[in-house]
Parts: sequence; structure tokens; C-alpha cells
Amino acid sequence: MSAHSDNQPHITPVSTYLGIGLALLFLTFVTVWVAQFDLGEFNLIVAMLVATLKGTLVALIFMHLYYDNKLYATIFVVSLGFLALFIVFTLFDTMRRGDIYPETGRQIKERSAIYDNLKPTQPAEGSESQH
Amino acid sequence: MAQAADHPAYLQHHFTDAEQQRESSKLGMWLFLTTEILLFGGLFCAYAIYRAWFPEMFHEVHKALNVTMGAVNTVVLITSSVTVALAIRSIQVNKRGQSVAYLAATILLAGVFLVIKYFEYSHKFHEGTLPGNFYFYPDFTIGNPHIFFGIYFAMTGLHGLHVVIGMIVLTWLLIRTRRGDFSSEYYTPVEMGGLYWHLVDLIWIYLFPLLYLIG
Repeated sequence: MSAHSDNQPHITPVSTYLGIGLALLFLTFVTVWVAQFDLGEFNLIVAMLVATLKGTLVALIFMHLYYDNKLYATIFVVSLGFLALFIVFTLFDTMRRGDIYPETGRQIKERSAIYDNLKPTQPAEGSESQH
Repeated sequence: MAQAADHPAYLQHHFTDAEQQRESSKLGMWLFLTTEILLFGGLFCAYAIYRAWFPEMFHEVHKALNVTMGAVNTVVLITSSVTVALAIRSIQVNKRGQSVAYLAATILLAGVFLVIKYFEYSHKFHEGTLPGNFYFYPDFTIGNPHIFFGIYFAMTGLHGLHVVIGMIVLTWLLIRTRRGDFSSEYYTPVEMGGLYWHLVDLIWIYLFPLLYLIG
């Protein structure tokens, strides 16, 4: 590990931290401002792009991934890759259930109709988890 | 001790030198942070499943959240990320008093975050915009609003728990910094606490648009 890094840990200038902080505040403003407009499909995409830009700044500068041994950045990015795999594969299942077995493809909505009517006497425990 | 010069007190005997010790700590910390990402990942996955199943419900029900409070909390957390980064920088250049001040500011901002969160939560407890069976808010005509609040409370609740743990860690670091345990030679615990705090900020950066700003 030590072969890749300097002997002295990197000391980031105060101006860099303040500049990144201001950039993050600006991007927060952007994401709130842009949410007023209905961009259809792009609402989520724009929101996630801005959040990812903010997250990248935090990880690279505040968390020092830009200056440190690249092993840490690799571990971080790999974990995000596995998270994406986890979510995408789960959605392959949950979004396609009805395609094969119509009976078990029912969404939770149909089982939890009791919530729509808000009958306090109905036992709701467990009824939403079954499929 | 005779070898005090080449073997400082903070260096544990199983490490060759301070740099190896520091890099090992950081490796361990990053591995821990990946487990944190996967812990929150389960909730992000639940969010993805239910938002994909009920896009209209998410769009309608998220309006019950207060965007101003969420945005202010985002600003508070970003500012606290700056102050904790400056606390680490201060100890790197041996300015102990300054580091203590920045840590105190970070803890204060974490407190502000929790106070705002408390007002948001108590409003929801009052109105009945709550998870599952606890839900009793009458004004949503769209089905399954309780699912949104289940996800909202699980995600912000786990995040809030991390803020509380972060405050405890930062307070411990503040006490140790004041006591003079750290210097430009050795400040690894401050750096690791800072990494944890940045992760708390990082997760909120995603939670805020996903929960408060569904377009």
C-alpha cells in the first residue's frame, strides 16, 4: 500500500473545502429549484445526477479519495456497483412477477386493501408481507 | 524508554511504522463504510421496489413532507461536513484549539439537524402520516399512502440514528482532542470519525431528493 502514497498525508487548503462547500450548497439550491418543473421521466434522472455530482464531490475532496491511496476509492466504487446489482436484479423480479405466474404476480396493493378503508377492527399484521 | 524516538506511544507494536498503521486503519474504516452503504442499500432497494410499483402514490403522498425543512437540513448537514473537514485539517497543522472549535460546531449542527427532524416527526405523529397500521391521516384519496411513510420513517430513522451515533463519536473526539491526545503526528481517530460523518452527509444527499423532491 505504501508504495502508492506519499509519506506526508495530503493537507487540503481551507479554500478548497470552502469552495466545495459552496458548490454543494449551490447544487442543493439547483436540485430544489429544478424540482418545481415537471420534466416527466427526467425528474428522477436529473435529481439523481445532481445528487451523484454532490456525492462525488464529498467522496473525492471531503473524504480524501482523490488524494489517498486508490485502493479506498476502488473499495467504495465496488460496493456501489454491488448495490446497483442488488437493486437492479431485485427490480427484475418485482417488475416482472405477473409475466410468468399471474396468480402470484399480484401487487401488495390488492392484499392491503384494508388500509384503504381504514377499518380499525381488521387485523393487518402480516397480511402485507405475504405474496 | 530508549527507543521512544523511533517508536512513538501511538504506534501499536504490530505495525512497522505510523504510515502503515494509518493506512490500515483507513482500509478498515472504508470496509466498514461499505457495510454501511449496503445496510442503507436494503432500504434504497425497498424504496425502488415500491416507487416502481406505486409511482402515482409516491408522487402524491410525498407532498405531505415539508421541502423547506428538508432543504434546511441539507444545508445544515453540508455545513457540518465542511466543519468536520476543517477540524481534521486543523489537527493536521497542529492547531488543536481550532480543531476543538470545529468539532464543537459540527456537533452543534448535528443537534440542529435532529431538532428540525424532531419537528418534522412530531408533525407526522400528530397528523397520522405514519407507517402501516399506525396511519390515520384522512386526506389522501390515493391507495397505500402508509407504504410511503413506512419507507420514509425507516430511511430517515436509520439515518437519524447515524446522526446520533456520529454526535457521540464527535464528542469523544472533541474530548480527546482537548486533552491533547492528537497532533499533526497522530490524528487517525479524528480522520476516521470525519469519514463516518461525511458518509452520514452522503446518504442524506440521496435521501433528500428521493423523499422530498419527487417531481
